[in-house]
Amino acid sequence: MKRIVHKHPLAIRWFHWINFPVLSIMIWSGMLIYWAYDPYKITIGDWTLVSFFPDWFYKALGWSRRLAEGMAWHFAFMWLFLLNGLLYIGYTFVSGEWRHLVPDRKAFREAIEVTLYDLGLRKTQPPFIKYNGAQKIAYFSIMLMGIGSALTGYAIYKPTQFYWLTALMGGYEMARLLHFALTIGFVLFFLIHIAQVIRAGWHNFQSMITGFEELKPNAPNRPNPTAAADRPTPTPPLKNGGGAIDPALS
Amino acid sequence: MNPTNQQNNEPHLPESDVAESAVRRRMIKSFGWFALASAVPFGVYSWIKSSPNLLGARKPLRRVLDVNETVARTYFSNANLVKTFPAEAAVKNARVNGFDGIRTPLPTDWKLQVDRAGDEPFLLTMDDIRSLPKHELIYDFKCVEGWSQIQHWGGARLSDFMAKYKLGTHSGNVPTPDNPDDLFKHVGMETPDKGYYVGVDMESALHPQTLLAYELNGQPINNQHGAPVRLIIPVKYGVKNLKRIGRIFFSDTRPRDFWTERGYDYYVGL
Repeated sequence: MKRIVHKHPLAIRWFHWINFPVLSIMIWSGMLIYWAYDPYKITIGDWTLVSFFPDWFYKALGWSRRLAEGMAWHFAFMWLFLLNGLLYIGYTFVSGEWRHLVPDRKAFREAIEVTLYDLGLRKTQPPFIKYNGAQKIAYFSIMLMGIGSALTGYAIYKPTQFYWLTALMGGYEMARLLHFALTIGFVLFFLIHIAQVIRAGWHNFQSMITGFEELKPNAPNRPNPTAAADRPTPTPPLKNGGGAIDPALS
Repeated sequence: MNPTNQQNNEPHLPESDVAESAVRRRMIKSFGWFALASAVPFGVYSWIKSSPNLLGARKPLRRVLDVNETVARTYFSNANLVKTFPAEAAVKNARVNGFDGIRTPLPTDWKLQVDRAGDEPFLLTMDDIRSLPKHELIYDFKCVEGWSQIQHWGGARLSDFMAKYKLGTHSGNVPTPDNPDDLFKHVGMETPDKGYYVGVDMESALHPQTLLAYELNGQPINNQHGAPVRLIIPVKYGVKNLKRIGRIFFSDTRPRDFWTERGYDYYVGL
Protein backbone atom coordinates (compact mmCIF):
# COMPACT_ATOMS: atom_id res chain seq x y z
CA MET A 1 0.00 0.00 0.00
CA LYS A 2 1.03 3.54 -0.67
CA ARG A 3 -0.17 6.71 0.89
CA ILE A 4 -0.95 9.32 -1.76
CA VAL A 5 -1.97 12.92 -1.38
CA HIS A 6 -4.50 14.38 -3.83
CA LYS A 7 -2.84 17.61 -4.76
CA HIS A 8 -4.39 19.10 -7.90
CA PRO A 9 -8.07 18.60 -8.75
CA LEU A 10 -8.75 17.56 -12.35
CA ALA A 11 -10.27 20.94 -13.28
CA ILE A 12 -7.19 22.83 -12.11
CA ARG A 13 -4.96 20.57 -14.20
CA TRP A 14 -7.09 21.21 -17.28
CA PHE A 15 -7.06 24.99 -16.74
CA HIS A 16 -3.30 24.91 -16.21
CA TRP A 17 -2.44 22.94 -19.33
CA ILE A 18 -4.95 24.71 -21.58
CA ASN A 19 -3.51 28.02 -20.47
CA PHE A 20 -0.02 27.04 -21.51
CA PRO A 21 -0.54 26.87 -25.32
CA VAL A 22 -3.19 29.61 -25.29
CA LEU A 23 -1.02 32.08 -23.41
CA SER A 24 1.92 31.15 -25.64
CA ILE A 25 -0.16 32.04 -28.71
CA MET A 26 -1.25 35.30 -27.05
CA ILE A 27 2.33 36.31 -26.21
CA TRP A 28 3.68 35.34 -29.62
CA SER A 29 0.90 37.12 -31.54
CA GLY A 30 1.20 40.05 -29.13
CA MET A 31 4.87 40.34 -30.08
CA LEU A 32 3.94 40.42 -33.77
CA ILE A 33 1.62 43.35 -32.93
CA TYR A 34 4.11 45.10 -30.67
CA TRP A 35 6.76 45.06 -33.41
CA ALA A 36 4.73 47.63 -35.41
CA TYR A 37 5.21 50.22 -32.66
CA ASP A 38 7.84 49.24 -30.11
CA PRO A 39 8.76 52.33 -28.10
CA TYR A 40 9.24 50.83 -24.64
CA LYS A 41 12.65 50.83 -22.98
CA ILE A 42 14.15 51.07 -19.54
CA THR A 43 16.58 53.98 -19.35
CA ILE A 44 18.84 55.40 -16.67
CA GLY A 45 19.37 59.00 -17.66
CA ASP A 46 20.43 58.86 -21.31
CA TRP A 47 21.63 55.31 -21.02
CA THR A 48 19.34 52.56 -22.25
CA LEU A 49 19.42 49.58 -19.93
CA VAL A 50 16.98 47.43 -21.89
CA SER A 51 15.25 48.19 -25.17
CA PHE A 52 12.09 46.28 -25.97
CA PHE A 53 13.32 45.13 -28.43
CA PRO A 54 16.41 45.57 -30.60
CA ASP A 55 15.96 44.82 -34.33
CA TRP A 56 18.10 41.68 -34.20
CA PHE A 57 15.68 40.19 -31.69
CA TYR A 58 12.71 40.37 -34.07
CA LYS A 59 14.87 39.27 -36.99
CA ALA A 60 16.23 36.25 -35.15
CA LEU A 61 12.72 35.10 -34.29
CA GLY A 62 11.14 36.06 -37.62
CA TRP A 63 8.72 38.43 -35.88
CA SER A 64 9.05 41.41 -38.21
CA ARG A 65 6.36 42.76 -40.57
CA ARG A 66 3.62 40.41 -39.39
CA LEU A 67 1.18 42.86 -37.78
CA ALA A 68 -1.95 41.66 -39.61
CA GLU A 69 -1.19 38.03 -38.80
CA GLY A 70 -0.51 38.90 -35.17
CA MET A 71 -3.81 40.77 -34.82
CA ALA A 72 -5.78 37.91 -36.40
CA TRP A 73 -4.34 35.33 -33.99
CA HIS A 74 -4.53 37.64 -30.99
CA PHE A 75 -8.20 38.58 -31.48
CA ALA A 76 -9.17 34.96 -32.10
CA PHE A 77 -7.35 33.32 -29.19
CA MET A 78 -8.21 36.06 -26.71
CA TRP A 79 -11.58 34.37 -26.29
CA LEU A 80 -9.98 31.11 -25.21
CA PHE A 81 -7.68 32.92 -22.81
CA LEU A 82 -10.64 34.81 -21.35
CA LEU A 83 -12.91 31.77 -21.10
CA ASN A 84 -10.26 29.51 -19.58
CA GLY A 85 -9.28 32.25 -17.14
CA LEU A 86 -12.85 32.94 -16.05
CA LEU A 87 -13.55 29.23 -15.55
CA TYR A 88 -10.33 28.89 -13.55
CA ILE A 89 -11.17 31.82 -11.30
CA GLY A 90 -14.76 30.65 -10.92
CA TYR A 91 -13.71 27.11 -10.08
CA THR A 92 -11.03 28.24 -7.64
CA PHE A 93 -13.53 30.24 -5.61
CA VAL A 94 -16.51 27.90 -5.84
CA SER A 95 -14.53 24.76 -4.97
CA GLY A 96 -12.75 26.31 -2.01
CA GLU A 97 -9.40 25.78 -3.75
CA TRP A 98 -8.75 29.49 -3.08
CA ARG A 99 -7.93 28.58 0.51
CA HIS A 100 -4.71 27.02 -0.77
CA LEU A 101 -3.97 29.96 -3.03
CA VAL A 102 -4.86 33.34 -1.55
CA PRO A 103 -1.92 34.63 0.49
CA ASP A 104 -2.66 35.49 4.11
CA ARG A 105 -0.77 37.88 6.33
CA LYS A 106 2.00 35.44 7.21
CA ALA A 107 2.57 34.49 3.56
CA PHE A 108 4.88 37.45 3.03
CA ARG A 109 7.20 36.59 5.92
CA GLU A 110 7.05 32.98 4.82
CA ALA A 111 7.95 33.98 1.26
CA ILE A 112 11.13 35.65 2.52
CA GLU A 113 12.03 32.54 4.51
CA VAL A 114 11.38 30.33 1.48
CA THR A 115 13.54 32.57 -0.68
CA LEU A 116 16.37 32.42 1.86
CA TYR A 117 15.99 28.63 1.97
CA ASP A 118 16.05 28.45 -1.85
CA LEU A 119 19.23 30.53 -1.88
CA GLY A 120 20.82 28.22 0.67
CA LEU A 121 20.87 30.88 3.37
CA ARG A 122 18.43 29.08 5.64
CA LYS A 123 18.45 25.46 6.72
CA THR A 124 14.74 24.73 6.91
CA GLN A 125 11.72 25.95 5.07
CA PRO A 126 8.58 26.93 6.91
CA PRO A 127 5.79 24.33 7.01
CA PHE A 128 3.06 24.50 4.40
CA ILE A 129 0.06 22.49 3.25
CA LYS A 130 -0.19 22.84 -0.52
CA TYR A 131 1.79 25.93 -1.47
CA ASN A 132 4.35 27.82 0.54
CA GLY A 133 4.06 31.58 1.03
CA ALA A 134 6.18 32.38 -2.02
CA GLN A 135 4.08 30.11 -4.21
CA LYS A 136 0.84 31.57 -2.89
CA ILE A 137 2.01 35.08 -3.72
CA ALA A 138 3.28 34.03 -7.13
CA TYR A 139 0.24 32.02 -8.18
CA PHE A 140 -2.26 34.51 -6.83
CA SER A 141 -0.39 37.35 -8.56
CA ILE A 142 -0.51 35.44 -11.82
CA MET A 143 -4.29 35.26 -11.47
CA LEU A 144 -4.46 39.00 -10.87
CA MET A 145 -2.10 39.60 -13.80
CA GLY A 146 -4.39 37.57 -16.03
CA ILE A 147 -7.30 39.76 -15.01
CA GLY A 148 -5.11 42.81 -15.64
CA SER A 149 -4.18 41.58 -19.11
CA ALA A 150 -7.82 41.05 -20.03
CA LEU A 151 -8.86 44.48 -18.74
CA THR A 152 -5.97 46.44 -20.29
CA GLY A 153 -6.39 44.39 -23.46
CA TYR A 154 -10.04 45.30 -23.76
CA ALA A 155 -9.19 48.93 -22.93
CA ILE A 156 -6.95 49.16 -26.02
CA TYR A 157 -9.22 46.96 -28.15
CA LYS A 158 -12.35 49.14 -27.78
CA PRO A 159 -11.23 52.49 -26.33
CA THR A 160 -14.32 54.32 -27.59
CA GLN A 161 -17.12 51.87 -26.84
CA PHE A 162 -15.50 51.04 -23.47
CA TYR A 163 -14.11 54.51 -22.80
CA TRP A 164 -14.78 54.10 -19.07
CA LEU A 165 -12.59 51.01 -18.96
CA THR A 166 -9.84 52.76 -20.94
CA ALA A 167 -10.04 55.70 -18.50
CA LEU A 168 -9.91 53.26 -15.57
CA MET A 169 -6.74 51.69 -17.00
CA GLY A 170 -5.06 55.10 -17.13
CA GLY A 171 -5.87 56.01 -20.73
CA TYR A 172 -5.11 54.43 -24.09
CA GLU A 173 -1.32 54.74 -24.02
CA MET A 174 -1.01 53.73 -20.36
CA ALA A 175 -3.23 50.70 -20.95
CA ARG A 176 -0.99 49.58 -23.83
CA LEU A 177 2.12 50.02 -21.66
CA LEU A 178 0.53 48.04 -18.81
CA HIS A 179 -0.62 45.34 -21.21
CA PHE A 180 2.97 45.02 -22.42
CA ALA A 181 4.48 45.11 -18.92
CA LEU A 182 2.14 42.34 -17.81
CA THR A 183 3.31 40.26 -20.76
CA ILE A 184 6.92 40.70 -19.66
CA GLY A 185 5.71 39.67 -16.21
CA PHE A 186 4.24 36.45 -17.61
CA VAL A 187 7.49 35.65 -19.37
CA LEU A 188 9.52 36.25 -16.19
CA PHE A 189 7.06 34.15 -14.21
CA PHE A 190 7.37 31.39 -16.78
CA LEU A 191 11.18 31.33 -16.54
CA ILE A 192 11.17 31.20 -12.73
CA HIS A 193 8.31 28.70 -12.73
CA ILE A 194 10.21 26.32 -15.03
CA ALA A 195 13.38 26.64 -12.95
CA GLN A 196 11.47 25.95 -9.73
CA VAL A 197 9.59 23.00 -11.20
CA ILE A 198 12.90 21.48 -12.29
CA ARG A 199 14.32 22.10 -8.82
CA ALA A 200 11.31 20.60 -7.09
CA GLY A 201 11.74 17.44 -9.09
CA TRP A 202 9.73 14.77 -10.80
CA HIS A 203 7.25 13.97 -8.01
CA ASN A 204 6.07 17.52 -7.87
CA PHE A 205 5.92 17.89 -11.67
CA GLN A 206 3.96 14.73 -12.33
CA SER A 207 1.30 15.77 -9.82
CA MET A 208 0.21 18.49 -12.25
CA ILE A 209 -0.56 15.66 -14.68
CA THR A 210 -1.76 12.84 -12.42
CA GLY A 211 -3.19 15.02 -9.68
CA PHE A 212 -1.61 13.05 -6.86
CA GLU A 213 1.74 12.74 -5.22
CA GLU A 214 3.12 9.80 -3.27
CA LEU A 215 3.57 10.81 0.31
CA LYS A 216 7.08 10.49 1.57
CA PRO A 217 6.96 11.69 5.16
CA ASN A 218 10.70 12.08 5.42
CA ALA A 219 11.33 13.81 2.13
CA PRO A 220 13.47 16.84 2.93
CA ASN A 221 11.80 19.18 0.44
CA ARG A 222 8.28 18.41 1.50
CA PRO A 223 7.91 19.25 5.16
CA ASN A 224 4.88 17.89 6.93
CA PRO A 225 3.07 20.48 8.93
CA THR A 226 1.45 17.84 11.10
CA ALA A 227 2.32 14.51 12.61
CA ALA A 228 0.91 11.55 10.75
CA ALA A 229 -1.53 10.82 13.55
CA ASP A 230 -3.16 14.21 13.13
CA ARG A 231 -3.78 13.76 9.47
CA PRO A 232 -7.33 13.35 8.29
CA THR A 233 -8.49 9.78 7.88
CA PRO A 234 -7.56 8.52 4.46
CA THR A 235 -10.48 8.61 2.12
CA PRO A 236 -11.33 5.35 0.40
CA PRO A 237 -10.55 5.05 -3.30
CA LEU A 238 -12.94 7.37 -5.04
CA LYS A 239 -13.61 5.68 -8.32
CA ASN A 240 -15.55 2.67 -9.38
CA GLY A 241 -13.21 -0.26 -8.84
CA GLY A 242 -9.80 -0.92 -10.28
CA GLY A 243 -8.35 1.17 -7.51
CA ALA A 244 -8.79 4.29 -9.64
CA ILE A 245 -8.17 7.31 -7.51
CA ASP A 246 -8.76 10.37 -9.53
CA PRO A 247 -9.93 10.69 -13.08
CA ALA A 248 -7.02 12.36 -14.76
CA LEU A 249 -7.79 14.17 -17.98
CA SER A 250 -10.65 11.82 -18.69
CA MET B 1 -3.63 20.55 13.66
CA ASN B 2 -1.11 23.28 13.23
CA PRO B 3 -2.66 26.30 14.94
CA THR B 4 -1.35 28.82 12.40
CA ASN B 5 -2.95 26.92 9.60
CA GLN B 6 -6.16 26.63 11.52
CA GLN B 7 -6.34 30.41 11.60
CA ASN B 8 -5.94 30.43 7.87
CA ASN B 9 -8.67 27.83 7.36
CA GLU B 10 -6.51 26.16 4.76
CA PRO B 11 -7.73 22.57 4.68
CA HIS B 12 -5.39 19.63 4.48
CA LEU B 13 -5.11 17.88 1.18
CA PRO B 14 -7.10 14.64 1.00
CA GLU B 15 -5.07 11.46 1.23
CA SER B 16 -5.74 7.83 0.48
CA ASP B 17 -3.97 4.49 0.80
CA VAL B 18 -3.72 2.79 -2.54
CA ALA B 19 -2.12 -0.40 -3.79
CA GLU B 20 1.21 0.20 -5.50
CA SER B 21 -0.02 -1.36 -8.75
CA ALA B 22 -3.04 0.96 -8.77
CA VAL B 23 -0.80 3.99 -8.37
CA ARG B 24 1.25 2.89 -11.36
CA ARG B 25 -1.84 2.20 -13.45
CA ARG B 26 -3.29 5.59 -12.57
CA MET B 27 -0.07 7.29 -13.56
CA ILE B 28 0.15 5.56 -16.93
CA LYS B 29 -3.46 6.46 -17.67
CA SER B 30 -2.92 10.11 -16.76
CA PHE B 31 0.18 10.40 -18.90
CA GLY B 32 -1.58 8.69 -21.78
CA TRP B 33 -4.37 11.22 -21.70
CA PHE B 34 -1.86 14.02 -21.31
CA ALA B 35 0.04 12.93 -24.40
CA LEU B 36 -3.17 12.69 -26.41
CA ALA B 37 -4.39 16.08 -25.23
CA SER B 38 -0.98 17.61 -26.06
CA ALA B 39 -1.58 16.75 -29.69
CA VAL B 40 -4.64 19.03 -29.80
CA PRO B 41 -2.82 22.39 -29.76
CA PHE B 42 -0.38 21.17 -32.42
CA GLY B 43 -3.33 20.00 -34.50
CA VAL B 44 -5.16 23.31 -34.14
CA TYR B 45 -2.04 25.28 -34.98
CA SER B 46 -1.22 23.31 -38.12
CA TRP B 47 -4.89 23.32 -39.19
CA ILE B 48 -4.95 27.13 -39.04
CA LYS B 49 -1.53 27.49 -40.66
CA SER B 50 -2.50 25.20 -43.54
CA SER B 51 -5.93 26.78 -44.11
CA PRO B 52 -6.30 28.87 -47.26
CA ASN B 53 -6.29 32.63 -46.95
CA LEU B 54 -9.52 34.55 -47.04
CA LEU B 55 -8.53 38.13 -47.95
CA GLY B 56 -5.01 37.71 -46.64
CA ALA B 57 -5.92 36.09 -43.31
CA ARG B 58 -6.15 32.37 -42.57
CA LYS B 59 -9.74 31.35 -43.07
CA PRO B 60 -10.50 30.21 -39.49
CA LEU B 61 -9.02 33.43 -38.10
CA ARG B 62 -10.93 35.57 -40.63
CA ARG B 63 -14.13 33.85 -39.52
CA VAL B 64 -13.43 34.71 -35.87
CA LEU B 65 -12.67 38.32 -36.81
CA ASP B 66 -16.08 38.47 -38.50
CA VAL B 67 -17.72 37.00 -35.38
CA ASN B 68 -15.86 39.63 -33.35
CA GLU B 69 -17.46 42.28 -35.58
CA THR B 70 -20.90 40.86 -34.86
CA VAL B 71 -20.13 40.94 -31.13
CA ALA B 72 -18.78 44.50 -31.33
CA ARG B 73 -21.86 45.71 -33.20
CA THR B 74 -24.16 44.49 -30.44
CA TYR B 75 -22.71 47.02 -28.01
CA PHE B 76 -21.75 49.72 -30.50
CA SER B 77 -23.54 52.94 -29.75
CA ASN B 78 -23.38 56.30 -31.49
CA ALA B 79 -23.83 57.80 -28.04
CA ASN B 80 -20.32 56.62 -27.11
CA LEU B 81 -18.15 59.49 -28.21
CA VAL B 82 -14.42 59.43 -28.62
CA LYS B 83 -12.66 61.50 -25.97
CA THR B 84 -11.91 65.07 -27.07
CA PHE B 85 -9.18 67.48 -25.98
CA PRO B 86 -8.52 71.23 -25.93
CA ALA B 87 -6.96 72.58 -29.15
CA GLU B 88 -3.60 73.22 -27.39
CA ALA B 89 -3.21 69.49 -26.84
CA ALA B 90 -3.07 68.76 -30.57
CA VAL B 91 0.29 68.20 -32.28
CA LYS B 92 1.56 70.90 -34.65
CA ASN B 93 2.68 68.39 -37.26
CA ALA B 94 0.28 65.51 -37.60
CA ARG B 95 1.99 62.29 -38.61
CA VAL B 96 1.82 61.17 -42.24
CA ASN B 97 2.00 57.41 -42.36
CA GLY B 98 1.05 56.29 -45.85
CA PHE B 99 0.89 57.40 -49.46
CA ASP B 100 -1.32 54.75 -51.02
CA GLY B 101 -3.91 56.43 -53.22
CA ILE B 102 -2.19 59.82 -53.17
CA ARG B 103 1.00 59.04 -55.09
CA THR B 104 -0.52 60.40 -58.29
CA PRO B 105 -1.02 64.18 -58.52
CA LEU B 106 -4.37 65.55 -57.40
CA PRO B 107 -6.52 65.95 -60.54
CA THR B 108 -6.90 69.65 -61.29
CA ASP B 109 -10.57 69.09 -62.08
CA TRP B 110 -11.19 67.20 -58.81
CA LYS B 111 -14.83 66.80 -57.88
CA LEU B 112 -16.39 64.46 -55.37
CA GLN B 113 -18.37 61.77 -57.14
CA VAL B 114 -21.39 60.48 -55.22
CA ASP B 115 -23.23 57.37 -56.38
CA ARG B 116 -26.90 57.23 -55.49
CA ALA B 117 -29.02 54.12 -55.67
CA GLY B 118 -30.88 53.90 -58.99
CA ASP B 119 -29.67 57.29 -60.08
CA GLU B 120 -26.86 58.82 -62.08
CA PRO B 121 -23.74 59.69 -60.04
CA PHE B 122 -23.47 63.37 -59.27
CA LEU B 123 -20.46 65.59 -58.67
CA LEU B 124 -19.85 68.00 -55.81
CA THR B 125 -17.27 70.70 -55.24
CA MET B 126 -15.50 71.75 -52.05
CA ASP B 127 -17.88 74.70 -51.81
CA ASP B 128 -20.78 72.25 -51.56
CA ILE B 129 -19.07 70.44 -48.68
CA ARG B 130 -18.04 73.69 -46.98
CA SER B 131 -21.63 74.88 -47.07
CA LEU B 132 -22.48 72.25 -44.44
CA PRO B 133 -22.04 73.12 -40.73
CA LYS B 134 -18.38 72.87 -39.78
CA HIS B 135 -17.34 70.80 -36.77
CA GLU B 136 -13.99 70.75 -35.02
CA LEU B 137 -12.67 67.55 -33.55
CA ILE B 138 -9.56 67.29 -31.38
CA TYR B 139 -9.04 63.65 -30.50
CA ASP B 140 -6.50 60.88 -30.16
CA PHE B 141 -6.04 59.48 -33.67
CA LYS B 142 -5.21 55.78 -33.34
CA CYS B 143 -3.16 53.80 -35.82
CA VAL B 144 -3.52 50.06 -36.21
CA GLU B 145 0.25 49.92 -35.63
CA GLY B 146 -0.29 50.95 -32.02
CA TRP B 147 0.72 54.61 -31.92
CA SER B 148 -1.75 57.40 -31.32
CA GLN B 149 -1.58 61.16 -31.63
CA ILE B 150 -3.85 64.02 -30.62
CA GLN B 151 -4.85 65.77 -33.84
CA HIS B 152 -7.13 68.69 -34.61
CA TRP B 153 -9.43 68.21 -37.58
CA GLY B 154 -12.27 70.28 -38.98
CA GLY B 155 -14.97 69.48 -41.49
CA ALA B 156 -18.55 68.51 -42.12
CA ARG B 157 -20.27 65.61 -40.44
CA LEU B 158 -20.68 62.72 -42.84
CA SER B 159 -24.19 62.27 -41.37
CA ASP B 160 -25.08 65.90 -42.23
CA PHE B 161 -23.71 65.37 -45.71
CA MET B 162 -25.77 62.21 -46.18
CA ALA B 163 -28.87 63.93 -44.82
CA LYS B 164 -28.53 66.92 -47.11
CA TYR B 165 -28.08 64.83 -50.25
CA LYS B 166 -30.44 62.02 -49.10
CA LEU B 167 -27.77 59.35 -49.32
CA GLY B 168 -27.36 55.90 -47.91
CA THR B 169 -30.98 54.77 -48.13
CA HIS B 170 -32.69 52.41 -50.54
CA SER B 171 -35.71 54.73 -50.68
CA GLY B 172 -33.70 57.86 -51.42
CA ASN B 173 -35.00 59.49 -48.25
CA VAL B 174 -32.93 61.11 -45.55
CA PRO B 175 -31.17 58.36 -43.55
CA THR B 176 -32.38 57.91 -39.99
CA PRO B 177 -31.39 55.27 -37.48
CA ASP B 178 -35.14 54.82 -36.80
CA ASN B 179 -35.56 53.02 -40.09
CA PRO B 180 -32.56 50.69 -40.21
CA ASP B 181 -34.01 48.49 -42.96
CA ASP B 182 -33.95 51.41 -45.35
CA LEU B 183 -30.25 52.06 -44.74
CA PHE B 184 -27.56 50.49 -46.86
CA LYS B 185 -25.27 48.37 -44.71
CA HIS B 186 -22.03 49.97 -45.86
CA VAL B 187 -20.46 53.14 -47.18
CA GLY B 188 -17.60 52.74 -49.65
CA MET B 189 -14.97 55.32 -50.51
CA GLU B 190 -12.02 55.40 -52.85
CA THR B 191 -9.30 57.78 -53.97
CA PRO B 192 -9.52 59.34 -57.48
CA ASP B 193 -6.77 56.97 -58.73
CA LYS B 194 -8.48 54.00 -56.98
CA GLY B 195 -5.16 53.24 -55.30
CA TYR B 196 -6.79 53.20 -51.85
CA TYR B 197 -10.30 52.20 -50.90
CA VAL B 198 -12.25 51.49 -47.74
CA GLY B 199 -15.59 50.16 -46.63
CA VAL B 200 -17.27 51.33 -43.44
CA ASP B 201 -20.37 49.97 -41.71
CA MET B 202 -23.31 52.38 -41.76
CA GLU B 203 -23.54 52.86 -37.97
CA SER B 204 -19.93 54.01 -37.80
CA ALA B 205 -20.42 56.26 -40.85
CA LEU B 206 -23.38 57.95 -39.13
CA HIS B 207 -21.48 58.42 -35.85
CA PRO B 208 -21.64 62.14 -34.97
CA GLN B 209 -17.82 62.42 -34.87
CA THR B 210 -17.30 61.01 -38.36
CA LEU B 211 -16.20 63.91 -40.55
CA LEU B 212 -15.53 64.79 -44.14
CA ALA B 213 -12.47 66.72 -43.01
CA TYR B 214 -10.94 69.59 -44.96
CA GLU B 215 -9.00 71.38 -42.21
CA LEU B 216 -6.09 70.35 -40.01
CA ASN B 217 -5.14 72.73 -37.17
CA GLY B 218 -7.48 75.31 -38.71
CA GLN B 219 -5.73 75.27 -42.12
CA PRO B 220 -6.85 73.56 -45.33
CA ILE B 221 -5.32 70.09 -45.30
CA ASN B 222 -2.30 69.57 -47.52
CA ASN B 223 -1.79 66.88 -50.14
CA GLN B 224 0.00 64.46 -47.83
CA HIS B 225 -2.90 64.56 -45.38
CA GLY B 226 -5.42 64.02 -48.14
CA ALA B 227 -6.42 67.35 -49.72
CA PRO B 228 -8.96 68.50 -50.56
CA VAL B 229 -11.20 66.36 -48.35
CA ARG B 230 -10.65 63.14 -46.42
CA LEU B 231 -12.49 60.86 -44.08
CA ILE B 232 -11.90 61.25 -40.34
CA ILE B 233 -13.64 58.43 -38.52
CA PRO B 234 -12.54 58.27 -34.86
CA VAL B 235 -14.43 55.04 -34.13
CA LYS B 236 -11.99 53.25 -36.45
CA TYR B 237 -8.24 52.81 -36.71
CA GLY B 238 -6.41 55.16 -39.06
CA VAL B 239 -6.53 52.66 -41.94
CA LYS B 240 -10.20 53.55 -42.58
CA ASN B 241 -9.49 57.31 -42.63
CA LEU B 242 -9.20 57.49 -46.40
CA LYS B 243 -7.40 60.52 -47.82
CA ARG B 244 -8.40 62.51 -50.93
CA ILE B 245 -11.89 61.11 -51.40
CA GLY B 246 -12.71 60.64 -55.08
CA ARG B 247 -15.92 58.63 -54.88
CA ILE B 248 -18.52 57.76 -52.24
CA PHE B 249 -20.99 54.93 -52.76
CA PHE B 250 -23.38 52.78 -50.75
CA SER B 251 -23.80 49.04 -50.71
CA ASP B 252 -25.40 46.19 -48.81
CA THR B 253 -22.34 44.02 -49.38
CA ARG B 254 -18.96 44.94 -48.02
CA PRO B 255 -17.14 47.36 -50.34
CA ARG B 256 -13.59 46.24 -51.05
CA ASP B 257 -11.09 47.44 -48.49
CA PHE B 258 -7.39 48.06 -49.08
CA TRP B 259 -6.02 46.76 -45.78
CA THR B 260 -8.53 43.95 -45.39
CA GLU B 261 -7.14 42.54 -48.64
CA ARG B 262 -3.76 42.59 -46.89
CA GLY B 263 -4.91 40.45 -43.97
CA TYR B 264 -6.40 43.02 -41.58
CA ASP B 265 -9.78 42.85 -39.90
CA TYR B 266 -12.54 44.51 -41.94
CA TYR B 267 -14.32 46.17 -39.05
CA VAL B 268 -11.37 47.58 -37.04
CA GLY B 269 -13.83 49.38 -34.74
CA LEU B 270 -12.56 51.07 -31.62
